[in-house]
Amino acid sequence: MSTTLAPSATRRAPAATTRGGRSVGLAWLAVPALLFFIAFAVIPLIGVLLLSFSTWDGIGEISFSGLTSWRTVLADPGLPHALWVTFLVIALSWVVQTPASILLGVFLAGRQRYRAVLSVLYFIPLLLSSAAIAITYKALLDPNFGLGAGLNIPILVQDWLGDPVLAFGVVIFVVSWQFIPFHSLIYQGGVRQIPRSMFEAAQMDGAGRIRQFFSITLPQLKYTIITSSTLMIAGSLTFFDLIFVLTAGGPADATRVLAVDMWKRGWQASLMGPASAIALILVLVGLAVALLLRRVGGGSANAGASQQEGA
Amino acid sequence: MTTTTVSPPRRAARGRENHTVASRPNWFAGLVSLLWMLVVIIPIYWIVITSLKTQSNYYATNPLAPPGEPTLANYQLVIESDFIQYFINSLIVTVGAVVPAVAVSFMAAYAIVRSAGRSRFLRSVNSLFLMGLAIPLQATIIPVYLIIIKLRLYDSLTGMILPSIAFAIPLTVLVLSNFLRDVPKELFESMRIDGATEQSMLWRLALPLTRPAVVTVVIYNALQIWNGFLLPLILTQDPSRRTLPLALWTFQGQYSVNVPAVLASVVLTTLPILLLYVVGRRQILSGLTAGFSK
Repeated sequence: MSTTLAPSATRRAPAATTRGGRSVGLAWLAVPALLFFIAFAVIPLIGVLLLSFSTWDGIGEISFSGLTSWRTVLADPGLPHALWVTFLVIALSWVVQTPASILLGVFLAGRQRYRAVLSVLYFIPLLLSSAAIAITYKALLDPNFGLGAGLNIPILVQDWLGDPVLAFGVVIFVVSWQFIPFHSLIYQGGVRQIPRSMFEAAQMDGAGRIRQFFSITLPQLKYTIITSSTLMIAGSLTFFDLIFVLTAGGPADATRVLAVDMWKRGWQASLMGPASAIALILVLVGLAVALLLRRVGGGSANAGASQQEGA
Repeated sequence: MTTTTVSPPRRAARGRENHTVASRPNWFAGLVSLLWMLVVIIPIYWIVITSLKTQSNYYATNPLAPPGEPTLANYQLVIESDFIQYFINSLIVTVGAVVPAVAVSFMAAYAIVRSAGRSRFLRSVNSLFLMGLAIPLQATIIPVYLIIIKLRLYDSLTGMILPSIAFAIPLTVLVLSNFLRDVPKELFESMRIDGATEQSMLWRLALPLTRPAVVTVVIYNALQIWNGFLLPLILTQDPSRRTLPLALWTFQGQYSVNVPAVLASVVLTTLPILLLYVVGRRQILSGLTAGFSK
């Protein structure tokens, strides 16, 4: 990708002669994708802003009502709570998933004989839908008939989904169960791209495995860590289906993240105005996190894009 | 992996040629990976064996013991309760969304990469899609719901397909353009000298060369849409329009006491995507790792 900058400078002159016909021909190719995206992402994005200033029950007429919805939402103690729960889910699932994914990725990038088998098995949780996973864990954790009760392991016999703290822990565990395989794959690819000569040189200098990991592997994985974290955080913001089926936001709102909060206000309570305000907050949180990560990464996960903009 | 007769020292030596990193066994990471494998395997094993147990057997036996007399009755029950209808709905929505999503994304990625930042329009389009990656598109679901109602597409499969295409575009364009950037420019130049049009370069040069990336995004998007829950939940009401994940959820409500039957339905909804994965495994593994680690 580092090659995109140099050639474009030298090629600018000849391209200019054919420019007219050529870029119009190229531009048309992007139009179908653009139209879909405008119709179902850009317009809704504007729509969610407008709807947050209106009153709508989801079926009847929409009427503009100024700041009513925002006042309702901002005065509701449910909002800071949902923001806090969302933040906790993002932070804790990152803390659990990232070190585990890096370790597994490094291991899978090696040449162990059973690596191929492991790669297949690790991938299975990604194939199951969030609904299927939530349903499975609900049955597995059942205090009367679940795994703990069946195997007679007292510590596993708990009301996992009935206790606020335990239920939150279960959400983090299940999220990790579902997504660690995906992120370890990304890290596996990242590790493979590190030049081997770096490890060979370090080995000659007498660096042990742990030293190599912290001095070479981890710094070289910087951009992979940013890519993986961006996807992880953007994903965490939209953990709707898993939490919806597993706990429906309960018990006592312990797992009521913003996405679930939006659904409950919009479709359960038929208050689309306040639900739109919540949706807009979700969008803003997503953008803020993306900008923050971009700054941390000094150019970010989409290095190709920033290069293009510079070209 | 057919080197079973090779003695350990020689294998280590061969490993050193192309990968010094793991020429010595890494015990710590190995242990972690084995532990994690158990965490992954136990629930999956449990799903499969439980789905083969009778209901009374489920309550009476050790949960991890294989069924004494395996039964397919649970699968029969699931299939008889409109499973085929939901399966067909899921198939129509998935194919109907993945094919156009990948096609339009491929054309856009080609235009973005080939313009190499010279077209202001394409630069803005690219930035727009990249912004879409950061925005949780589910947050736009309320206006999408309104649009689908206004288009009179509520309770229709088309109503689920259209937003699915839009939601798939940002990541698909990113992965495809990452791959297309690696196609040497000289190939395009020589085709141009031979008088090829942009259209024929797109379909006859770029598409075959980026096949692994195309397979990757097809499988990835198929996975996302097949397993999608929010759109069917919000855009349908009629039971005959349900897709599998939504059907699974309602089925769980109806048969909450019959855990083996619920788990049989979990297996049945996962099987098609498992088959797709087995077919495209190599491509998707290499495609995903290369596509994201750049």
